[in-house]
Amino acid sequence: MTYRQRMIDKLTAAFQPTFLEVIDESDRHHGHGGQHTQGETHFVVQIASAAFRDTTRLQRHRMINEVLKQELAERVHALTIEADPA
Amino acid sequence: MSDINAAIDAEVKSNDVLLFMKGTPKMPMCGFSGQVVQILSHLGVPFKGVNILESDALRQGVKDYSNWPTFPQLYVKGEFVGGADITREMFQAGELQTLLKDKGLIA
Repeated sequence: MTYRQRMIDKLTAAFQPTFLEVIDESDRHHGHGGQHTQGETHFVVQIASAAFRDTTRLQRHRMINEVLKQELAERVHALTIEADPA
Repeated sequence: MSDINAAIDAEVKSNDVLLFMKGTPKMPMCGFSGQVVQILSHLGVPFKGVNILESDALRQGVKDYSNWPTFPQLYVKGEFVGGADITREMFQAGELQTLLKDKGLIA
């Protein structure tokens, strides 16, 4: 399974999002320090969920980082997060 | 507290605005770090940049200290503000300027 699909599955299970896009932008960072040769290092997550109501930006990012902890530790080193309350 | 943790804590507490980043303010090695340098420079706030690429122990140590998995990481007056996205969103909303003014770091 790709990292992208793993992230989609975990975010879906954790937040039941009303909107979710996980975009692999690794190609735009080719050859940049820390780039994994197999790609899947730089992602954009766009997500809307009721779980983000009454949270600060920092809390939303921490919630997402926690769910994707394993992926961030193994491979992903840049995660652009656009998280909104649904 | 481990040595590296104590060293990071001391750095965070002794600099009003501290940016843990990839590369240096003059030569950022990553676009996200570069964006935050540009924002801070644009606001005219003095800050210290710490290049986490210099040491794996430092890189991992800062991740653990902040409980935050990526770089850059911005601290203001010892408080974690966020990474590139949060800093950019706060800047665009005028909230970063307010924070820095409230802390007496910009006019």
